[in-house]
Amino acid sequence: MTPDLKTTFRPVPPAPVSGASRGRDGVWALSRFVPQLEDEESVWLAEARQDAFEWVVDHGFPTKRDEDWKYTGLEPIRGIPFVPSAPRTDYRSVSTEIEARAGSFGGPRLVFVNGHFAPGCSRSGALPDGITLSAASSWRATGGERAQPLAPRTTRPFDHAFSALNLALSNDGAILRLADGAVIDEPIELVFFSDSGGSPVISSPRSTVVAGRDSSATIVETHVGAHGDQYWSNSFIAVVLEEGASVEHYKIQAESESAFHLALLDVRQERNSRFASHAVMLGSSIGRHEVHVSLDGSGSEVCLDGLYLPWGEQLHDNPILIDHAEPGCTSRQLYKGIVDGHGHGVFNGHILVRPGAFGTDATQSNKNLLLSDRAEVDTRPRLEIRADDVQCTHGAAVGQLDPDALFYLRSRGITEEAARGVLTYAFAREMVTRCPSEPIRDRIEKLVSERLTAMAHQPLGSPPRRDDSGRRGGARP
Amino acid sequence: MLRIENLRAAVGDKLILRGVNLEVPPGEVHAIMGPNGSGKSTLAHVLAGSDAYDLTGDVHYNGIDLLALSPEARAAAGVFLAFQHPMEIPGVGNLYFLRTALNSIRKVRGLDELGAVDFLAEAREKMKLVEMDPSFMSRSVNEGFSGGEKKRNEILQMAILEPSLAILDETDSGLDIDALRVVANGVNALRGPERSMLVITHHQRLLDYVVPDRVHVMADGRIVTSGDKGLARELEEHGYTSQGPADAGRPEAVGVVS
Repeated sequence: MTPDLKTTFRPVPPAPVSGASRGRDGVWALSRFVPQLEDEESVWLAEARQDAFEWVVDHGFPTKRDEDWKYTGLEPIRGIPFVPSAPRTDYRSVSTEIEARAGSFGGPRLVFVNGHFAPGCSRSGALPDGITLSAASSWRATGGERAQPLAPRTTRPFDHAFSALNLALSNDGAILRLADGAVIDEPIELVFFSDSGGSPVISSPRSTVVAGRDSSATIVETHVGAHGDQYWSNSFIAVVLEEGASVEHYKIQAESESAFHLALLDVRQERNSRFASHAVMLGSSIGRHEVHVSLDGSGSEVCLDGLYLPWGEQLHDNPILIDHAEPGCTSRQLYKGIVDGHGHGVFNGHILVRPGAFGTDATQSNKNLLLSDRAEVDTRPRLEIRADDVQCTHGAAVGQLDPDALFYLRSRGITEEAARGVLTYAFAREMVTRCPSEPIRDRIEKLVSERLTAMAHQPLGSPPRRDDSGRRGGARP
Repeated sequence: MLRIENLRAAVGDKLILRGVNLEVPPGEVHAIMGPNGSGKSTLAHVLAGSDAYDLTGDVHYNGIDLLALSPEARAAAGVFLAFQHPMEIPGVGNLYFLRTALNSIRKVRGLDELGAVDFLAEAREKMKLVEMDPSFMSRSVNEGFSGGEKKRNEILQMAILEPSLAILDETDSGLDIDALRVVANGVNALRGPERSMLVITHHQRLLDYVVPDRVHVMADGRIVTSGDKGLARELEEHGYTSQGPADAGRPEAVGVVS
């Protein structure tokens, strides 16, 4: 047995049942799942986990009274006794499902099942010089953390209970280290698959990317799960870009529509680095894709794209914080939502320009299309500017399909249903075309068009009735 | 044959068409002229199937009750409107749009759908007619097109969809003389014994190029005068004021649609 598998669950006395200790969302019951490491080299990690857990107990889960969680009710999560799953010994049974749901771009790939590394489904292939890709468990076991400690650079005070809980419960995740000047063209895939196996499971993958000076890579995170399964994926990924580094990041969130997906993407950028992200939110019952970017070095550039497509009873929440801490940095945000059924989209984008960050150039745009009269969108663009000589713009729009454009298409013979589909897809297409990687763009295009086709084939809500005294020109077929 | 009888159109309490009567036989080109606000564009939109109006009256086209049809069914029946203000549709390629439109119509008519290659070949032929650069096909529908390019794109759509009743709503507006000539040549090339056209214009200028069989003058929601092509010249010289009868806006017309 390799040393990294010395992880054990510490036996604790039965969870207290008194109101006081249960009051924190019953989270106390999870304490016995905080992984303990016997490996002496990793004492720091054991301590960090314990501290993180105590942070969760002290602060509790956020509620709608917390400004950043105003629209995202967590009652459904609180009510379910989620527990972490043990690592499996055999991943063959799920590998077919993983292939079917996550696809593959042919490059290096790490697969995690319920937060545990699944070596049988993964492949690292022949990586170019200077690139290390491994599971965090193996990284620690082989002394990687000791030789090149990544954790101190990728840990900062917790924003909320979920990032703390992720650290407390995390067993594994991906570690990607790009040495100075290292370049990899093939996209590196990180697949997070969840499969409750019948009882509610929480998975807590915790990943780290450190891109050395002038290095460059493309990373794809895919989050998927067994169809209709109820689980909770609480993911964290830290990305550090050193001077001149460039990272293109993709996230495809296609979890089970009964699942909960809470994720934090935490990015820190040094001088003249460039980070671009393209996120597509399709799955989960409650999905929250949170992005924090600290522009800690002058001349750095970040571009965040997001497309969320909630329908049914889905909630997709997109909190963003871009922290312009240094002069001369550029940030771009473009988020689009298409909301159908009783779906709910939230955009909560915050740009902070700190004193001294002169020459900041920040733009933020959020556009939403409501396809049903029960669909809901909350959009909150926020600019907080504490420096002079900055350029910041923001805008938000919520609307329905343009009736004039619909009429135009229909007057050319295109049926109403097809015309709605064409216009809806056109709205989403901009986000797809902004993905530079062709195979990833193709995959995103396929997923998005499948969702939009499914939306289009739902029965349309009854059109509002109008006075029928006169005959209407646009009689419906 | 298009036959419009006592067509009235209202938006809320506002009556815009106050009883239009008009017949356009097959193969004829009729011009509708009139001042701004006389209801010309409303008539065009009503014929194409806009649902923005409450309607009474009858419109029959080749024996079909046009007002009972959806816009797409009218297109399949051969009706085409060249818009005064063509919509910009970002994200929808012009080629895809035109092929989807043509194939939707072909499908209703029981014809096989045209493949991408065959369609492109046909579209290229038709583009020559309106002197359009093939690069327009790979752009989004009307997005970033100049006024003249949009109008040419309308005529291109007409050439591809081959309607039997084409309604041109102020196709000449905003065109310089060269663009006007190109558009007019495109329209003239599409004239034929089976194709009727209703050319709506504010100015007589277009009618120098597209010579109509009949000219009608609209004022206050009705056709007040009809004549041959000479009428257009008269209007240019004397203006519309001499044409509109004093009773065109009589209050008795209000409230018919209630």
